[in-house]
Amino acid sequence: MITRRDLIESVGAGAGAALLGAAFPARAEGPAEGRAEGGAGPELSPLLPAGTRAEARLESLPGKKPLIKLTTRPPNYETPIEYLKTAITRNDAFFVRYHLADIPEVDARTWKLRVGGAAAKASRELDLEELRKLPAAEVVAVCQCAGNRRGLFRPHVAGIEWGNGAMGCARWKGARLEDVLNLVGLGPDALEIVFDGADGPVVAGAPDFAKSLPVAKALEKTVLLAYEMNGEPLPHWNGFPVRLVVPGWSATYWVKHLTSIEVVAKPYDGFWMKPGYRIPSGRFPIVTRFPSQDTAVNVPITEILINSLITSHADGAEVKAGAKLVIGGIAWDGGHGVRSVEITADDGKTWVAAELGEDLGPFAFRTFRHAFEAAARGSHTFRARATNRIGQTQVAELIHNPPGYHHNVMQPVTIFVT
Amino acid sequence: MRRFLLLGLAVASIASDLRAEPDIALKPGPGRDTVEAQCSACHSLDYIVMNSPFLTRTQWQAEVRKMIEAFKAPIDPADAEAITDYLTRAYGG
Repeated sequence: MITRRDLIESVGAGAGAALLGAAFPARAEGPAEGRAEGGAGPELSPLLPAGTRAEARLESLPGKKPLIKLTTRPPNYETPIEYLKTAITRNDAFFVRYHLADIPEVDARTWKLRVGGAAAKASRELDLEELRKLPAAEVVAVCQCAGNRRGLFRPHVAGIEWGNGAMGCARWKGARLEDVLNLVGLGPDALEIVFDGADGPVVAGAPDFAKSLPVAKALEKTVLLAYEMNGEPLPHWNGFPVRLVVPGWSATYWVKHLTSIEVVAKPYDGFWMKPGYRIPSGRFPIVTRFPSQDTAVNVPITEILINSLITSHADGAEVKAGAKLVIGGIAWDGGHGVRSVEITADDGKTWVAAELGEDLGPFAFRTFRHAFEAAARGSHTFRARATNRIGQTQVAELIHNPPGYHHNVMQPVTIFVT
Repeated sequence: MRRFLLLGLAVASIASDLRAEPDIALKPGPGRDTVEAQCSACHSLDYIVMNSPFLTRTQWQAEVRKMIEAFKAPIDPADAEAITDYLTRAYGG
């Protein structure tokens, strides 16, 4: 009988030879160890910092399934990959990310949204009923934290040490931001729109979490003030009663518990715009930009890069020999749309085209799958590579950057056939 | 005045810890009490363990400085030094 340990050892022995002619470096670490005895622990990548692996655990926030707890206060909880097999992520498994620990539970009956600002022609307040009276729009869009997969960076960088699950995709419904801005009118000098939510710091003077968007992005028809997520009110932890939805752009812009929208004539320089959420200039293939925020050395993070994740199997999974091996997962980008996904089972020497699932629009997760013939006993490492409609594809090696953003390396998933 | 307010805040936060926050047992060592008292006023202590062990002393110092300068944590220089020493010794890399 071949044990899992034998397989791991034989992988180690063969690693040098396997490198010859391979497109990928040998895995720096073995695959993830499986679930702890009794299935209590989360599946954690061996690439994560040791402290993260020691401290992370499955824990439920009120109304949520057990998610991977990275920090308790403020709450940062990651979606396990078992909930990322489909194009739509369920609300009770959607990841949770907060920067600051004062998080009020907003009462929808008394909630008010202030709209105005120095570069608006007027100002007004809206309650939820008034917002719901505006024409409703829907979009299926991926909400992905800028730092998704930060924990997989080598060398490690400080921050929330996310694995693969600081993301989800939902059908968002709400009023168009454009319609709300039209209620007050943009002045001729309108440059950016600033968004603030009900959450804030516990120490007076610490930077409140607020973000801005360039006017051009803000006026896109897909940008919503969402009051529904997958046909239900937003969960508290995902921004109840209303959050900003910015399809294609990093989740840092998707301000939760929205309370204020200000039209301004100057670049907004709050901490979370500058120095927060910056990427080095010229390192990433970004199409949609935020020019009023650019500096000589860095630019704000904007659109999500082309990416994919195998979710049919956890890294390190064991399967029985003899059956076909169906490898599947999800692919996404910043709104250009996924054109193709290919899978390699031989470290990049050959690739097969995966079959794509239903197209829910250019901002959505796109599922993919391919049935491989029954594999021989032993370990097999699969990688998926997504390409978008403008020809961008995932990278083989990490583009390292100090804040740990834009990790879109093709991920190895090793499966043990026993 | 601020000192006084913050003390109240810390007490409130410890009370809420008992209710909702699991105890995070930091490694023993000089400075641990200061870390527990000061850092947990604003965030749970799993932030520290999660970010280990890979930050150098200079990087831990930068994190402590960020908490003071950007996030307005009212930590005096002696405590900041003790916190940096502890984090480097117990959670440095």
